[in-house]
Amino acid sequence: MFAEQAMEYAPQLYSAALRMTRNQADAEDLVQEAYLRAFRSFHTFQEGTNLRAWLFRILTNAYINTYRAKQRRPIETDLDDLEDLYLYRRLGSMETAAASMSAEDQFMDLFTDDEVKQALEDLPDNFRLPVILADVEGFAYKEIAHMLDIPIGTVMSRLHRGRKAMQRALYEFAEANGLATPTPVPSDQLGSG
Amino acid sequence: MADCNETLRELHAFLDDELSSETRAHIHIHLGDCVDCLQAFDFHAELKMAIRRKCTTDQMPEGLLARIETCFNADLDGDGHIGDTR
Repeated sequence: MFAEQAMEYAPQLYSAALRMTRNQADAEDLVQEAYLRAFRSFHTFQEGTNLRAWLFRILTNAYINTYRAKQRRPIETDLDDLEDLYLYRRLGSMETAAASMSAEDQFMDLFTDDEVKQALEDLPDNFRLPVILADVEGFAYKEIAHMLDIPIGTVMSRLHRGRKAMQRALYEFAEANGLATPTPVPSDQLGSG
Repeated sequence: MADCNETLRELHAFLDDELSSETRAHIHIHLGDCVDCLQAFDFHAELKMAIRRKCTTDQMPEGLLARIETCFNADLDGDGHIGDTR
């Protein structure tokens, strides 16, 4: 049954809604609004296609049409053009410092959950939505382009810049926590061959 | 064969599984030969996993599921309206 299948995705939709709206009350309203829209337009859902992607598209559209309009922050904002591999050039040497730990464990310890959420939530909308949909929800570029109604090339460039800006925010958290040692990977070790 | 610059340029598309199988194979070959690039790819793969894990720890508030079910049931007449809320 559609409702039961659709309800399975509620925790994921709620989590994404929190990253979009940045507060619990709006996130709850947004998820409820998305389900209402989904139930109403269920007849447009094609059996056998990706229900999860369909629900996320509805959620994203509900956010863009309803909640974004209420927010005081500017919708389209540009980001500084940061160098590629921003975090890696600054933290890449961590791995040799504690070879016994996997890099993922180090990231898990280096930033708190709240700091990572903050770094993501601080991105301007036009960069934040692609990063949420790609990095947290794991959607393909093509699916994200469809959800946001923008070309795939735009998805890629916004992801690229959004990720770098998020990495800079994470680096600032690591520095503030006294955990980042400023020993960047020399740039001649990268892109040399 | 891809060189370091070509390989690093495709880092995100590789990790996002958005490359053609041919390009993917070229990158694989390079990563097998180049520790520096492999380390950069590994760093970003682990970072991506950590971001996903840390951004999916939210507990759904109690009652939200019930609210969703209510709004589903409330539109059983299919007129697109659910009572007095909108």
